Amino acid sequence: MSVGIVGYGCYIPKFRITVEEITKVWGENPENIKKGLGIEEKSVPDIDEDTVTISVEAGKNALLRAGIKPEKIGALYIGSESHPYVVKPSGTIVAEALQLGTDLMVADLEFACKAGTAGIQCCISHVKAGQIEYGMAIGADTSQSRPGDALEYTAAAGGAAFVIGKDPLAEIEGTCSFTTDTPDFWRRDKQDYPRHGARFTGKPAYFKHVVSASTNMMKKLGLRPSDFAYVVLHMPNGKFPTRAAKVLGFSMEQLKQSLVVTRIGNCYSGSSPLGLCNVLDVAKPGDRILMTSYGSGAGSDSFVINVTDKILERREKAKKTEYYIKRKQNIDYGRYARIMGKLKTE
Amino acid sequence: MVHKSSVPLHWRMQKSRYNLIGSKCVTCNTVFFPSRILCPKCRRKGKLESFQFSGKGEIISYTIIKVPPEGFEKNIPYAIAVIKLEEGTNIAGHVVGDIENIEIGKKVRAVFRKIYEDGKDGLIHYGLKWELEEGNE
Repeated sequence: MSVGIVGYGCYIPKFRITVEEITKVWGENPENIKKGLGIEEKSVPDIDEDTVTISVEAGKNALLRAGIKPEKIGALYIGSESHPYVVKPSGTIVAEALQLGTDLMVADLEFACKAGTAGIQCCISHVKAGQIEYGMAIGADTSQSRPGDALEYTAAAGGAAFVIGKDPLAEIEGTCSFTTDTPDFWRRDKQDYPRHGARFTGKPAYFKHVVSASTNMMKKLGLRPSDFAYVVLHMPNGKFPTRAAKVLGFSMEQLKQSLVVTRIGNCYSGSSPLGLCNVLDVAKPGDRILMTSYGSGAGSDSFVINVTDKILERREKAKKTEYYIKRKQNIDYGRYARIMGKLKTE
Repeated sequence: MVHKSSVPLHWRMQKSRYNLIGSKCVTCNTVFFPSRILCPKCRRKGKLESFQFSGKGEIISYTIIKVPPEGFEKNIPYAIAVIKLEEGTNIAGHVVGDIENIEIGKKVRAVFRKIYEDGKDGLIHYGLKWELEEGNE
């Protein structure tokens, strides 16, 4: 029997901050930023939201669609670069809150923006090996950005969860990765904000890995861009995935449903997973999807996903991505700075 | 509400706090949160079982906190409400989100949130808060 996504679900915090609001503080031209990054606004977590709370809410939605007893999950992986504790797993808290039981393997993963998709790969392997019946992989982040850095316009919060098992609503026909030691973005221990290589994050980093992994994936299964209804690529901004899709031979029509970044920003480990959720919300049985994540440092995981007729009975069982995107409240920079701990109070 | 507390105390309470697990007397069908070991109505005739609430309720009273206790300074202003749960019994909790529109009678649902951080190096306490339901006009 085929292995794939049995249930999926997402969560995006309610607050948004617009590009205009951030440019007011730093004296930048909003139109230049919007044009350069291809983004209007980004999501911001509330003061009491973090990777754990986002994972729990996304996980609940995934379980609703999967329609399985939570204790049937045998492995939980949470991919994030903003785990609330340095030492103490996010996964144990999430597992307790989702009532996954104790016959469970848990690990927190970190690989910049691609740890969530790495979790999906781990779950596929466990299920195929017969070690577990179902696994859950979550990609979630409340990403950090230095005040005044270009990252501040895009670093957002959100996440998506996937229950992996047999009898899927979307079969995972294949997956592969492309990995090199490319230092384009990093955050050292005890540092509040990451640093990055500016333009170096483009050609040798994002584009090389996303294009190579996607090309290798299609080659392995003998597929071409025209065989896919949708393509989902990691979204550090609106420009990069658009350009990469073009290089790979995909049309804007195949990409646009996944391009959630323009309205919620880059949710890091939740980025391509959220794009996939938005595609699964509308895809028809038989639609084939190419998803390729990207994590700085650097690597890409690519997946060929084939939607089955099970999507029709499970899709409506939980809130869709569009619900969370539209459910929003815009805040000013002052409140944003306070929530994100950017104000020094002691 | 979670106040500065010992690690074992937090650990003992987390199952019920994360998932709203209380108890129900199967003799008289009365529900309790937090859990009770004795039904005050049925006394010795009562039989209590673990009971998970749906996480839906209605605000029956609330107050807006502007002068917070220690540890909640970053959250102000925030709302604390008494919530009547769908299955019966009332509990107190934080209401998150659009608190300018909070009103008695509005429907709420439980959401998983960070309740309290025990300083910069202590435990992070999680639990349920309450969000106003959509279409609550």
